[in-house]
Order: sequence, then C-alpha cells, then structure tokens
Amino acid sequence: MKYMLLIHQGSAPTPYSPEEWARLSEDEQQAVAADYQAINQTPGVSPGLQLQPPESATTVRMEDGRTLTTDGPFVAVKEALGGYLVFEADDLDAAIELASRIPAARMGGAVEVRPIAEW
Amino acid sequence: MVATLEQVFRDEWGRVLAGLIGFLGDFDLAEEAAQEAFAIAAERWPRAGTPANPRAWLVTTARNRAIDRLRRDRTLAAKTRLLDVQEPVEDEMEETTIPDERLELLFTCCHPALALDAQVALTLQTLGGLRTEEIARAFLVPHETMSKRLVRAKRKIKAAGIPFRVPPPHLLPDRLAAVVAVVYLIFNEGYGGRGELAAEAIRLGRVLAELMPDEPEVHGLLSLMLTNDARRAARFADGEVVLLRDQDRSLWDLDQIAAGRAALDRALALGGRGPYVLQAAIAVLHVEEPQDWARLAALYGELARLTASPVVELNRAAALAEAGEVESALALVESLDLDRYHYLHSTRAELLRRLERTDDARAAYRRAVELVHSDAERRFLERRLEELDG
Repeated sequence: MKYMLLIHQGSAPTPYSPEEWARLSEDEQQAVAADYQAINQTPGVSPGLQLQPPESATTVRMEDGRTLTTDGPFVAVKEALGGYLVFEADDLDAAIELASRIPAARMGGAVEVRPIAEW
Repeated sequence: MVATLEQVFRDEWGRVLAGLIGFLGDFDLAEEAAQEAFAIAAERWPRAGTPANPRAWLVTTARNRAIDRLRRDRTLAAKTRLLDVQEPVEDEMEETTIPDERLELLFTCCHPALALDAQVALTLQTLGGLRTEEIARAFLVPHETMSKRLVRAKRKIKAAGIPFRVPPPHLLPDRLAAVVAVVYLIFNEGYGGRGELAAEAIRLGRVLAELMPDEPEVHGLLSLMLTNDARRAARFADGEVVLLRDQDRSLWDLDQIAAGRAALDRALALGGRGPYVLQAAIAVLHVEEPQDWARLAALYGELARLTASPVVELNRAAALAEAGEVESALALVESLDLDRYHYLHSTRAELLRRLERTDDARAAYRRAVELVHSDAERRFLERRLEELDG
C-alpha cells in the first residue's frame, strides 16, 4: 500500500519563523533536522517537498467565469499543510509508526496518513 | 431443534467469519459467504440432520461459495489473496486445519484508526454475530445510522490497509488495552439494563481469555465482568436502585462469583497489577462478607495512581468513610474537580450527614438531585433527603 503522509505544522516551530525556532535549544534544532533526515532515508519513503509557511499561500476559486483570489490557505493557518512524503508500506500500522517519528507530530503539529488511490 | 441451531450459529459465527476474512482478505466477501453458508445450514440441517462437525461444514460451504463467487467475478479475484491459493479446497475440511483467527479479527475491529463507536459495533457484528438492527437497538441509534457506521468502518479497514493480525510485541500492550476497553464498554452498556449486551461482553471476555491465556489484564477484565454481572438480579428492586449493602444476597449468582474469583486468582498469579486486575480485585472484595474497607481504600488508591481518575478517588473516599475515616474522606471528596458529577454531591452529602452537618448535607443532596439523569437514582436521592428532614 502507498500512503501520503501530510505534515501539518500546527504550532510546531519551523526555521520559517525564526523567533519561535530560536526558542528551541541548539540540540533540539539538530534533533529535528536529524529526525527528518532519518525519515527521508527510511526504506519505502519517497521524500516530498517542504512548503513555505501557510501565510504565503494564495487560494484560488472560479465563480461565474471570474478568478477569485484570497490571501492565505484554504483551511485555517494552523490547519494548513506544511509538507508531505509518500511511504510504501505493508499496512497502516507501519505508516502510523513512521508518522509518529515525524517531529511535527510531537511538537504541536499533526500528521495525517492517507492511502493513495490506486486504480 | 431450532434452539440448538441458533446456539450453534451463535457459537460458530465469529469463528467461521474470522477464518473467512483471514482466507479471503475481504470483510464484505467473507460476510456474504458466511451468511450464505448459515442460510443453507438453517434450511438443510433441520431436514437432513446437523453434520458431525458443524464448524467444518460451515467453513467449507462458505469457502466454496466465496470461490464460486470469485470465479464469476474475475476482477474481484485479482484483488484478493485467493490468487495465492493454488488449489481451492473443495472437500470438507478437517477440524485441525481450520485456524482460529478470532484474535486477528478482534484486533482488527478494535484498531485505533477506527472511531470507538465503530470498534464497538464492528466487534458485536463480526465476533458476536449480532445483526445491525440488534446493535442499533442496543445503542439506541436509528438502524440507518448504525448501518452507515458499519459500512464506513469496513470500507476504511480495506482502503486504509488496517492489518488483519495480532499486533507485534511492541504494539501489543496499547492495542490489547484498546480491545479490553471495547469489551468492557459493551459490558457497561449492558450492565445498565440491556442484559444481552453484558452476556455478549462476557462471551467475548471468555474468548479473549482462552486465546490470550498469559495476559493478566484479560483475566482481570473477565473477573470484573463476571463478578459485577453476578449481582445483576439484586441491583434493582421494583425499578429502584438497591445499594450493594442492602442487596438480597440470595439473588446473587454464586457460581459466577466463584468463576470471577478464579479469573482474578489467575490474573494475580500472572503478576497482573493493571487497571482491570485492580478493578476485579475491588469487585471481588465488594462481594465478600464482612467487607474489608481499609483494603478496598488501598486498592482504590492504587487504581487512582494508575488511572489519575477523580472518579476512582471518589470511590476511595467512600471506602475510607466506611473504614471509619469520615473526616479524611470528606477532605478528599472536597479536593476533587467533579462538580458536574452527581455522585460527588451524593457522596459528600452522605459524609456530611454522618458528621451531623445536616444543613450542608441537605444542600449537597439537592445539588445531586439537580444533576442526576436516571429516574431511579433521582427517587433514591429524594428518599434520602426526606429521611434527613424526617
């Protein structure tokens, strides 16, 4: 089975917000980086991309043929997607275990595990 | 004859279905095949006699039905584990070749990726063999709601890749706790009056104890359910709640109490000291005469440390009071953050009454009456209030 792991930063500090990031000790910062590296090197993982913070998002809709744009993400800033990866695993238990190792999950964010549609 | 057939069905449904899911890798297909096999049996057995080995007959018939169905539907076949099976077994199977996969099924139904209400419903349907409308009635929800809940849960198991297996050792403690919690939740739904659910939970508890004989919490759960259920007939009289100390002991099921005590002994012999073993030890002590309130208070204390539950602390307070420590019991009650819980106020009221602080006791009983939901319990509290005034 293939799963996409959608990483929601929530209140987890990232280097994009230097003030909050600076509140982590140097050891903690290094641990976060090392953990993401270890995740990306786990067999079965296809690393995804990290997104710029949700404040940089523009949301687009079409209404009556007109393009409507709004500033910010589709969902609330706190709920917005921060990054993702794809994991090929035997079952959901394996995907949950990988998700639980993603730093965002323990630092105020959450990881959503979604099976990828296969036809 | 009909009764025995129903009994066989009830006993065999979970086992037959679990084996089929393990074999087919598909809940819906397995359920359909099992239903067909049971329907054929219901039609044929009364006429032609029950086969020597009903389980083997049911499994074989269901497997053959499923295989027929798959042959008709090749695209489905491509998606099931059947492709790995070289020669479908057409002959009646030997008893020993039918693996017992109820445990795999139980862990799948109680997977934490499913909502708790779905775990409960799925467990009752697949292992208990309850029909959707029976489960809906037991949980007081419309048939359609329950049906959707079950369909959604089965769809998720398939789509999300929830594994059909007993979890590996590093996941087992958490996952077993989830299974035990589901069975106990079913029991408590039944303990409030719907007796068939409590009986079903005890049946599941027995299966669990048989399949996981070395897990103390499983024996603790079984002991707890057996012991509490043994007092069912004595808990209500004319629709009124009867407190443990006022219960008519001749209504207790003594054999079941003995079975509960035996399960507790087994749990303790295995070194169990988890929340269910402790609750079982408390339940067993409660039915002993005279009651050892000091030991009960100590067990509640141990349980409270384990669960950090203020409700358990409240029970500890009640035990302390019975052991003669009314003042410290009251201090404990007043330290708890349970203002919306009517038992807090009724317990406090009772302690105040014993300390002869009648006005405070009256106010506390009134607060309890405001919060109580059950009519039987409200009448009980009102009687206590009247006694206070009288």
